Amino acid sequence: MANALLIDYEYCTGCHACEVSCKKEKNLARGQWGIKILTDGPRELPDDKWEFNNIPMPTSLCDLCAERLESGKDPSCVHNCPANCMQFGTVEEMSKEVAKKGNRVIFVPVV
Amino acid sequence: MTTDYYKKHWDEVEWQDGDYTVTRTTAWSAPGCHDGCGVLYYTKDGKLEKVEGDPKNPFNRGSLCMRCVMMPEVVNNPERLKKPLKRVGERGENKWEEISIDEALDIIEEKVRAIWRDYGPESIAVHIGTGRDNNDVIPRMAYCAFGTPNFSMGYLAGDSCFCPRSASMASTNGDFMIADMSQQFENRYDEKSTEWRCPEVIVNWGCNAVVSNSDNFFGHWIVDCMQRGAKMITIDPGLTWLAARSDYWLRVRPGTDCALAMAMIHVIAEEGLEDKDFVSKWCYGFDELVERCEPWTPERAAEVCWVDADKIREAARMYANANNAAIQWGLKVDQTTNATATANAINALWTITGNVDVPGGNIIIRNAFSQNLSYGYGWHSLSPEVQAKRLGSEFPLMSRAGYSSSAHADSVLKAIETSEPYPIRMVWMSATNPIANMGADAPRLYRALKTVDFVVVHDVSLTPTAVAFADLVIPAAMSPERNSQRCWWVPHRTMKKVCDSGECYSDTNIATLVGRRLKPENWPWEDEVGWINNILSTESDEKIPYRNFEDACKQVWAYPEFQYRKYEKGLLRFDGQPGFNTPTGRIELFNTNMMLWGYDPLPEHKEPSCSPVSNPELAEKYPLVLTTGARSFEFFHSEQRHAHLTSRELHPQPKVEMSVKAAADRGIKEGDWVWIENQRGRCRQIATISLALDDRVVRAEHGWWFPEAEAAEPNLFGVFNSNINNLTPQCENGDTGFGAPYANQLCEIYKCTEENSQDLPSTHVTRKDGYSKEMDETNGDVKVGVVYNG
Repeated sequence: MANALLIDYEYCTGCHACEVSCKKEKNLARGQWGIKILTDGPRELPDDKWEFNNIPMPTSLCDLCAERLESGKDPSCVHNCPANCMQFGTVEEMSKEVAKKGNRVIFVPVV
Repeated sequence: MTTDYYKKHWDEVEWQDGDYTVTRTTAWSAPGCHDGCGVLYYTKDGKLEKVEGDPKNPFNRGSLCMRCVMMPEVVNNPERLKKPLKRVGERGENKWEEISIDEALDIIEEKVRAIWRDYGPESIAVHIGTGRDNNDVIPRMAYCAFGTPNFSMGYLAGDSCFCPRSASMASTNGDFMIADMSQQFENRYDEKSTEWRCPEVIVNWGCNAVVSNSDNFFGHWIVDCMQRGAKMITIDPGLTWLAARSDYWLRVRPGTDCALAMAMIHVIAEEGLEDKDFVSKWCYGFDELVERCEPWTPERAAEVCWVDADKIREAARMYANANNAAIQWGLKVDQTTNATATANAINALWTITGNVDVPGGNIIIRNAFSQNLSYGYGWHSLSPEVQAKRLGSEFPLMSRAGYSSSAHADSVLKAIETSEPYPIRMVWMSATNPIANMGADAPRLYRALKTVDFVVVHDVSLTPTAVAFADLVIPAAMSPERNSQRCWWVPHRTMKKVCDSGECYSDTNIATLVGRRLKPENWPWEDEVGWINNILSTESDEKIPYRNFEDACKQVWAYPEFQYRKYEKGLLRFDGQPGFNTPTGRIELFNTNMMLWGYDPLPEHKEPSCSPVSNPELAEKYPLVLTTGARSFEFFHSEQRHAHLTSRELHPQPKVEMSVKAAADRGIKEGDWVWIENQRGRCRQIATISLALDDRVVRAEHGWWFPEAEAAEPNLFGVFNSNINNLTPQCENGDTGFGAPYANQLCEIYKCTEENSQDLPSTHVTRKDGYSKEMDETNGDVKVGVVYNG
């Protein structure tokens, strides 16, 4: 069973902790990222509210921290996320989890 | 998914992980921060390789922000200082000679003894920046080694970071109060094992909490509470992420928060939404407060604050109707001349709604285990005669009433400039970079500090401040190179040294070395661990679970017992009676302490001095309202600015935010370099266009210098080129001495062209004596409209 990354984009503050955690874990060079935050907004909605969402998106360099998993650690992005908006598990586990509330998405970077 | 690795090592503080040694401890300075998160340091062959959040630590619960995650880059930065430096060229030439610490201490001792003999110890001024592991240590060095009463922050005008709010809270409540996000409980959000309940409503006022993490408050706790159902109100000129997630975003005009708070009090009183039981039992002066707020209808506040009246009304109702609600406030409350009144008004809001020391409200907090270590640490070693000489004594609330525990930064500057009431001959700066960061009117500061006879800078790398002024530079140790203990609310924490970077000195370490040279009777310990042992064994109450540093490191943190509603239980007053630690025993909405010292006992709005309302003539030339200093995830003030760091990769240049219309009217596009200019001076930043900003308001960043650029003058790391403090004033404070208008100025913005960029601010200031030269004798500030002619 492949592993998946669940993002609750209602709560991603765009703080860059995941991006930098990955960069340090993988020792990536300048300009390289294993996960990157995509931002939509801020943009005004008709009801005086604002659309403003961040989604950290795994890149082709993401292997969901295979080495860390082997030693019983979680992926470094999930580990350090200050908003606690990232979860990690098997696709099956995350598929159940994703349906528990709205504004969630799961990524399966590798199968 | 299993994370059994952390569970396996749960009861250990140090273990091996392949080639790595892993150490469980906490982090603080550098990187600077107001928080002290739990970390796991991974070291190999004496080098810091990796940092991650400690899942066991209840403060940050395993998470960690990017500044600690990237710590190895900064710790191992080749630009770090490794040996003490002595200046060999002229100041500003960036020519140095490496010397030993003994030689450095010899020079310091000789200079200090000469100043003691010729001028008196008060002619030495000692400064720190903010939020670092020296908040108590360096003040103690000032008082107990140099014998001077003049410790302050590095020319932070109006002491306008937390000091105004803390004075307001101390005089109103007799105690400090903070938003309750369960941080006082080791079991945190577990409502079964504690009395904590999630706030129904959280007000984030004047700070972008998830970015700033100010006042020992981990901003993402708010996000934790949102996930547990808390609704948000955000009061901020800018659309922060929290504002976009709020039921009400009140886009307040910078510097008018007091009017907004008074209008909210007006609504609550008019509609009878106050907590009547709490008000009748525990408040003094409710009727007077309501009377004072009576004219402040939401409609009147709407005109002043540029916020819709109905939104003010609805937000006030939502806050007051909540069963429990917490206000997390920030720096912008302080950064106006009306800081004291603004803080009093917001303090009144949580008081009249009964959100005082209740679960999920604003709780009364003191330092863990009665450690009384802060800016006043060691103050009592000074004689009353010396204490009376502290600069700022013209402000009685600060000095005679004792509501400030530092010298008044603006008054220190004036003493340097005028030698009144006495000259300043020596300045010591630890981890502060005032001409790049907190010093308002940076050009004025530059001129003043150049005249000081002897300047010591203690920092991790060369900074504009070090190059421009220092005669000696002492390398500072970073967080993983420090043995230390942390006293700031709760919990009590230790920091353990895990690596070395050359000959670097923690604040505890350098203060001990200096102290043992100058006044050995005040420094009976031999090193930093000796000092910490002294604090743990003799300066903490008997409930602290460890009495020496070695034992403390085995536990890393300790939570004292916490009780809600302490005022009902007789836990606040020295006489053990129920009530608050104030003259009336109640929370003083009508503040008798303020009245005693000749100030208005009730809040009142005062218009900022440079605003479209108070100064329409100036606003014709400079029509945009300028607020400054919004925090970035990437930086703590002027730290993390070296070009090769990930922080600069993510945030390469300074940014000024303006509305679509404001930009279009000026022919400015996203990404254009623009000049920001007012009557004091100008600086350049990159325009970023916001769909959410008021067309009349712009927001500029602070703390910028460019370590990749030429260090020597005239460039001086380009420190003045993008420095928003070319446009802010010194010595314009509230009548209490507190507060300064960093966040409410006027300006105009125009595109940078080759033609208008010939005369760059750094050259203009360092070579042409430019900006803020002509002083107005009546207020000590620069004369409006006469300065900038570059």
